[in-house]
Amino acid sequence: MAKRIDVSGLNAYYSSFLAIEDISMTVEPRSVTAFIGPSGCGKSTFLRTLNRMHEVTPGGRVDGKVMLDDENLYGAGIDPVAVRREVGMVFQRPNPFPTMSVYDNVAAGLRLNGKYKKSQLDDVVEKSLRGANLWNEVKDRLNKPGSGLSGGQQQRLCIARAIAVEPNVLLMDEPCSALDPISTLAIEDLIGELKERFTIVIVTHNMQQAARVSDRTAFFNLAAVGQPGKLIEIDDTERIFSNPSVQATEDYISGRFG
Amino acid sequence: MDITTDTQKPTPSPAPGPTGPGDQRAARGATRPGDRIFLGLSRGSGILVLVIMAAIAAFLTYRAILAISKDEANFFTTFEWNPSGVPAEFGIAVLAFGTIVSSIIAMVIAVPIAVGIALFITHYAPRRLGGPIAYVIDLLAAVPSIVYGLWGALVLVPHLNGLYGWLDQYLGWTGILEWNGGAPRSLFTVGILLAIMILPIITNVSREVFRQVPRMHEEAALALGATRWEVIRMSVIPFGRSGVISASMLGLGRALGETMAVAMVLSPTFDISPSLLDPGGGTFAQNIASKFNEATVMGQDALIASGLVLFVITLAVNGAARMIIARRKEYSGANA
Amino acid sequence: MSHATLTPKSRSSLRGATLPKWFPWAVAGGSVLLGLGISAAAGLHSSIQWALIAAVLFVAGSYGISARVEGVRQAKDRVATSMVWVAFLMALIPLLSLIWETVKQGVKVLDGYFLSHSMGVVADSEPGGGIYHAILGTLEQVGLATLFSVPIGVLTAIYLVEYGRGRLAKAVTFFVDVMTGIPSIVAGLFVLSLWVLILDMGPSGIAGSFALCILMIPVVVRSTEEMLKLVPNELREASLALGVPKWRTILKVVLPTSIGGIVTGVMLAVARITGETAPVLLLVWGTDFINANPFQDPQESLPMYIYLQYSAGSDPAYDRAWAAALTLIAFIMILNLAARGIARWKAPKTGR
Repeated sequence: MAKRIDVSGLNAYYSSFLAIEDISMTVEPRSVTAFIGPSGCGKSTFLRTLNRMHEVTPGGRVDGKVMLDDENLYGAGIDPVAVRREVGMVFQRPNPFPTMSVYDNVAAGLRLNGKYKKSQLDDVVEKSLRGANLWNEVKDRLNKPGSGLSGGQQQRLCIARAIAVEPNVLLMDEPCSALDPISTLAIEDLIGELKERFTIVIVTHNMQQAARVSDRTAFFNLAAVGQPGKLIEIDDTERIFSNPSVQATEDYISGRFG
Repeated sequence: MDITTDTQKPTPSPAPGPTGPGDQRAARGATRPGDRIFLGLSRGSGILVLVIMAAIAAFLTYRAILAISKDEANFFTTFEWNPSGVPAEFGIAVLAFGTIVSSIIAMVIAVPIAVGIALFITHYAPRRLGGPIAYVIDLLAAVPSIVYGLWGALVLVPHLNGLYGWLDQYLGWTGILEWNGGAPRSLFTVGILLAIMILPIITNVSREVFRQVPRMHEEAALALGATRWEVIRMSVIPFGRSGVISASMLGLGRALGETMAVAMVLSPTFDISPSLLDPGGGTFAQNIASKFNEATVMGQDALIASGLVLFVITLAVNGAARMIIARRKEYSGANA
Repeated sequence: MSHATLTPKSRSSLRGATLPKWFPWAVAGGSVLLGLGISAAAGLHSSIQWALIAAVLFVAGSYGISARVEGVRQAKDRVATSMVWVAFLMALIPLLSLIWETVKQGVKVLDGYFLSHSMGVVADSEPGGGIYHAILGTLEQVGLATLFSVPIGVLTAIYLVEYGRGRLAKAVTFFVDVMTGIPSIVAGLFVLSLWVLILDMGPSGIAGSFALCILMIPVVVRSTEEMLKLVPNELREASLALGVPKWRTILKVVLPTSIGGIVTGVMLAVARITGETAPVLLLVWGTDFINANPFQDPQESLPMYIYLQYSAGSDPAYDRAWAAALTLIAFIMILNLAARGIARWKAPKTGR
């Protein structure tokens, strides 16, 4: 199920502005990779290139290669819609569909892909909500609007919605930045469980969080405002936080800038 | 220095510190004369608006009652308009029919197309094209109805012969689309013209609503692997539905009250034809415009009575539109 | 991005069969040709008919081909895309035709003579004559209406934004909304029943102006309200904290900050009432002669003139109607463009 991501020589642009330059890295399956770095260094942009969401931004454009196992996401004839079904995404702010119930939110992705029997949908919805550690909290109000849940619950609902379509990869763009500490803890625990099944990439500006949840950590930086963001180094999380090989990483981690 | 407003009582003592020139005197009084005059003026204007509305309702009702009390026939069901006759007999049945039918035709044509254009501008058109198109449609909303009427009568009507023949040939069996071959100046033509006229306003309001759909809802659908149409169906339409409904109601309000364009295109009769393609019916506004100048005092009162009915109908439609908008505002907290 | 890959490569889940980029254009071109062909074969003359046939063929063709090659979901997406395009084009045709015809027919008799003469001694069926009296009437009626409406409208908006709390403000807001929806003929009827039937005054320009006021006030109130709300509260507080009385704060800080937007709104409102015909028809009646006095006797106005010339029903009269329509549209468009120009020019100061 989970797949390896292999990025090489990737540049991303906003119109003519080069946002990230020449990024190459490998993300191992069934692991959590965290992206850290100062604001504006392009970590979120890079994340969005991994499921071709970058190009929905006006002027967004990418060149380079992103291999999902042996398939280049930017190759000829690749359908971006199909890519996004394989590579799920959770956003910074919880964004359940406001007009849909909890149940319909989770089933939304499946319903796109064809007709399912009610019983099949029921199974998937329950499994996904359990997978997102949300089942016990919402099982009695599956038909209530998803926007009625608390922020942390909404975010777990979005995770359930993303995993319901059984993607290979799960991208998370600062999933806890809009949440309180208790909800954050719940999501972090969940990430630990989900990595058994998915390849997970998470952007965070909370370094403790990166240290807690990830196996590998990538540090991004930019030389100056207006310059493109670059990947400084990627390594095992333990090494990044104890003995990074680049001085800039150490400066950032120890709080000397950023 | 204390600040006095109409909601605040002045605070007891002037604060120390630098004072502006000439302010010392006024600081003591309950309210400054300037403030009082200004408040009076602006409140007076607000009250004037209320007075005007009340006067409109009162005068129209007064004269309408004068007319209806002399009406020997049933005002709501009679197929006749002869207020100066002896006995006076007139009713709004034909006008109500014509007004409602032409507006319904206009809505059926205009709403889907307007929603289509709004989606085109916000989600389909190349970015460089979307802005100018929206701009042109904005300008078209400003074209006066008399010009639409002139165009409708001199350009659109002759072009409709072919379509009418076609409808008659293939759909004539339904009865409502039968055509006797006369000039195509029927309620159907009026409906088409009204559709063209209300298209810009419905498009503009819908476009604004679609533009306000939070980006993150669209991205949520995209990230699930939705095609562009599925994004629109899952995120854009549910969010924009009430906005489109109220936009349509605004358009409907315009179609109901439209006067000159209808008066120029329709050849009115005072009976109801089962076929929409044959001359038949009239509308409230058109009837007033075409009959007023030759009407006697009694005839004018009768027309005013019909105008009052039109007023009430547009009030109801606009009220419904506003209620929908207000309800939407309550819900929009969900996208915080 | 999506290149043509109709060749059966190793198909993975990411790689749907995709139709080439020129596909929609090809279907569109084919549909138009086929539509023309069918119309020619069946002997249909109306452009409306072949356009409808082509539109149906386009939508059906996109769906059929795409469903076969790309799958149903993509096909639905393509149908939606093609319907949106069709909706756009279908709406464009009448709107462009309107502009095209007005310009084409309007320039025939539109010249200096036309703008500077009245219809005084010209029979309806003869060429000649002009719209001088109509322009004069329109300017006077609209000018008077603006003169009454702007102070009332702006002051009402100030009341609603700066002072209005409680029941009165709510009632005013509600009735301004109601006023926005009044059909112009009803506004005309109201003034008529008051002015002509009760006060027993004859038709005149000013009666028309009153009716136009009823149509203009709510538009001015709404747009001014929006503009005043855009003025940040910090600005008001800064002024009040300096000890400036509230009314001077409004006059010296709030209004100047939002004046660009208010002027824009007023100009758009003027553009709207300039084209109003129905109330003028009831209250000003129209005349072929120059009457510069808006307080007595019938006057002409541009929309009224169009209507009367159209009703006259002769070819020279139609030409005059088109020329007057072109003049009217040009006037309204200039007002609109100027209003937008001002809005854009003032935008950085008022907006955030």
